[in-house]
Amino acid sequence: MSSTLAENVDNTTDDPRRRAALVIGRRDYASITDRVCGVAEMPRTPPAWYVLFAFSSLLTAALFASVGYLFVTGVGVWGNNSPVFWGWPIVNFVFWVGIGHAGTLISAILFLFRQRWRTSINRFAEAMTVFAVMCAGLFPAIHIGRVWLVYWLAPYPNQMAVWPNFRSPLLWDVFAVSTYGTVSVLFWYHGMIPDLATLRDRAGGKLRRFFYGLFALGWRGSARQWHRYEVTYLLLAALATPLVLSVHSVVSFDFAVSQLPGWHTTIFPPYFVAGAIFSGFAMVVTLMVPARAVLGLKELVTVRHLDNINKVLLATSWMVAYAYSVEWFMAWYGGSPYERFAFLNRALGPYAWAYAIMVTCNVLVPQLFWFKRCRTTPWIMFVVAVLVNVGMWFERFVIIVGSLSRDFLPSSWGYFRPTPIDVLMLVGSFGMFFTFFLLFLRFLPVVAMAEVKTVVAHDAQNHDS
Amino acid sequence: MSETSPTPSEPAAEEPLAGLVAQFTSPEALKKAAARVRDEGYTRWDAHSPFPVHGIERAMGVRRTILPWLVLGAGISGGMAAILLQWWTNAFDYPHIISGKPLFSLPANIPVTFELIVLLSGLTAFLGNLVLNKLPEFSHATFRSERFRRVTTDGFFISLDATDPKFDEAAARALLESAGAAAVDACRVAAPARLPAVVGWALLVLGVLATLPPVLTLWYRSIPKRSPRIHLIQDMDFQPKYKTQAASPLFADRRAMRPPVEGTVAVGRLREDEYFHFGRTQDGWARSLPMEPTDELIERGRQRFDIYCAVCHGYDGAGGGIVSKRAIERMEPDWATPVSFHSNAVRQQADGQLFHTITGGAGKMPGYAALIEPADRWSIVLYIRALQLSRNAAAGDVPDEIRRRLP
Repeated sequence: MSSTLAENVDNTTDDPRRRAALVIGRRDYASITDRVCGVAEMPRTPPAWYVLFAFSSLLTAALFASVGYLFVTGVGVWGNNSPVFWGWPIVNFVFWVGIGHAGTLISAILFLFRQRWRTSINRFAEAMTVFAVMCAGLFPAIHIGRVWLVYWLAPYPNQMAVWPNFRSPLLWDVFAVSTYGTVSVLFWYHGMIPDLATLRDRAGGKLRRFFYGLFALGWRGSARQWHRYEVTYLLLAALATPLVLSVHSVVSFDFAVSQLPGWHTTIFPPYFVAGAIFSGFAMVVTLMVPARAVLGLKELVTVRHLDNINKVLLATSWMVAYAYSVEWFMAWYGGSPYERFAFLNRALGPYAWAYAIMVTCNVLVPQLFWFKRCRTTPWIMFVVAVLVNVGMWFERFVIIVGSLSRDFLPSSWGYFRPTPIDVLMLVGSFGMFFTFFLLFLRFLPVVAMAEVKTVVAHDAQNHDS
Repeated sequence: MSETSPTPSEPAAEEPLAGLVAQFTSPEALKKAAARVRDEGYTRWDAHSPFPVHGIERAMGVRRTILPWLVLGAGISGGMAAILLQWWTNAFDYPHIISGKPLFSLPANIPVTFELIVLLSGLTAFLGNLVLNKLPEFSHATFRSERFRRVTTDGFFISLDATDPKFDEAAARALLESAGAAAVDACRVAAPARLPAVVGWALLVLGVLATLPPVLTLWYRSIPKRSPRIHLIQDMDFQPKYKTQAASPLFADRRAMRPPVEGTVAVGRLREDEYFHFGRTQDGWARSLPMEPTDELIERGRQRFDIYCAVCHGYDGAGGGIVSKRAIERMEPDWATPVSFHSNAVRQQADGQLFHTITGGAGKMPGYAALIEPADRWSIVLYIRALQLSRNAAAGDVPDEIRRRLP
């Protein structure tokens, strides 16, 4: 393969006569490997990495310290109190599960739709998914009160001679989130095996060779192996596609199956899934914009990739906007006075400020992406993506806390106030997320090299013919 | 990165030949060469590339993997297992009704069924891929070639295994070179050292020992026991409190339950008024109520009577309440028919005696002192008197103004 210099660095314009290049710069196989492995093989870890890592591990330590405090003290350390029994922990849970949707969506759904641009970002997004699901799984587990009895959630034969209730959406959630976590890890790891073998084969030190060799499982890139590998990838993608749609649907059942006005709506499953994809893609942009600049991956993760992601963001922003407005319609059309009150209260009640943040960040701000300049300017999309993340956290806050604080019995109405532990746990969960992410950036192949090479080979063939 | 050495490093000559690896320059060259090797009739060989080369399976004659069928089987088993689990746990072994729904109905079981289908299929796809690809395989002859390391970066290779029945080093090398190989390396590997027998025995012993804890646990769980089973988390088993009639070293009388102070009277337990609380006067049973009989009192009495007395004695007081009817229907051997309040024996009883019967019970009837306040018991007495009068009144007993309204 000859090394071709892309003549046209701006690959965001569409020329119908030929496909836009998905990868720009030197596009031979060795330079792709050099570029991606170079990130994990840096002879000296940059000081900035240490600074960020120290900071995020400090936050992680704060998270686990507050979790320990929770264990010895009890759930009173949170702001949860009558009538808001699901406070920030469940908001954080739904928020993180939502973030965790983009990775598998990019890996599985875009794969099935033959969207080849996904190859540059799928590894990155899958890693994000795995770490987000880890953060998500923490919150319901510590939310059960007597944490040491968390194993009661599993259906196992026990001396109490009882079984969990399979009609409960909370139990469905246990199955959905743990299946999603498992399949995401499998998908991520399966895709990474050939790239780990690349790192193994280039490894200088004994330690690196041992560990990369261990996790590469002796991959030799044989055609028989590739054949089964590709079939497995397709199968996992086909399995993960309905899975990714099911997980947030099941999470939404936690609310929709209950009878609280503001929760009890049939629109929740698609509404939650759209919101999850929206927030997940926003997180991809948030992480990708700085990472591609710092790690020197601008030629693999091109502006065209970011442009595509931003278009998805714009589309999903409209989906959540549609859900917000249809909720209003249903509240009016359904004719239930409690339902009407719940939605009037949502926008005009004591949490009107949160509703305003939600609508501003999720509906108004993303409209900037109608302009190509905004879709292709890194700092603008970064700001928008961060705001979308904020807005999506507040969406869950509005749904959970807003609905609970005004239930059927006016005498029990209350206003939720978070405690410092609530804040520490939210910030700490970001610390845990970024700690894992920094480790991923430092030690693992951040771009699916083998897959990018197939794209390059494909481009080259198209070019030749 | 480590560059490949220009000449293949030849290992010690005494190590036997394990195979040959030949490098090619492009995917197309690899495909052409693979077709040549296939046509020569080799069976133990492979093509290697840094990414899947499309069409190579055909060039090599690789059959389609059975993995999809394994995954299908896993999916079906996952779904069946999930349905069975949910039916057995919630409808059979521990049936409990939730929200008035049937014990077993599919809609509520779909989410978990779906998740288990995906979980089992996903695990099978991942593990099946590893097993069919014989991974992990940390040691392989091809890893002896320094050049072969480029296979995960930009190298295209064909490897021929020396165990192939057609394998002959000179002929194989000639074939690869004529197929366009840029370089051919010989991979030599000494026969793998065997594990000492001790290791095998040690593993066996360890394996047997490892089965002991689960076997003991199962045995312990299966035998009948009087004491409660051991819990993992003994949350509720140890409660720092005294139980009824327990001894305590804290007090001189060693009783954990403290007797009340001498002369203590519980709220509502002061019964100084013999007449009001026991229905007795100095001349025996009280012959009238200790309070003024009013319409409100009769009404209150009717209400209490309908709640507490009517189930046995009947709303009319004739002794035919629903409990009694049912007991007679079932021919309960121990059932004593409730008395009729219209019998002479009851009609002749004094008010105080009726009150006493409600308070303390009579025959099979239990006392109602714990359920009905004394004032209400008196109201019931009054109502019983009204019932009795209703069956034995003369026309003259009815006040004029009411009698005029009667038909």
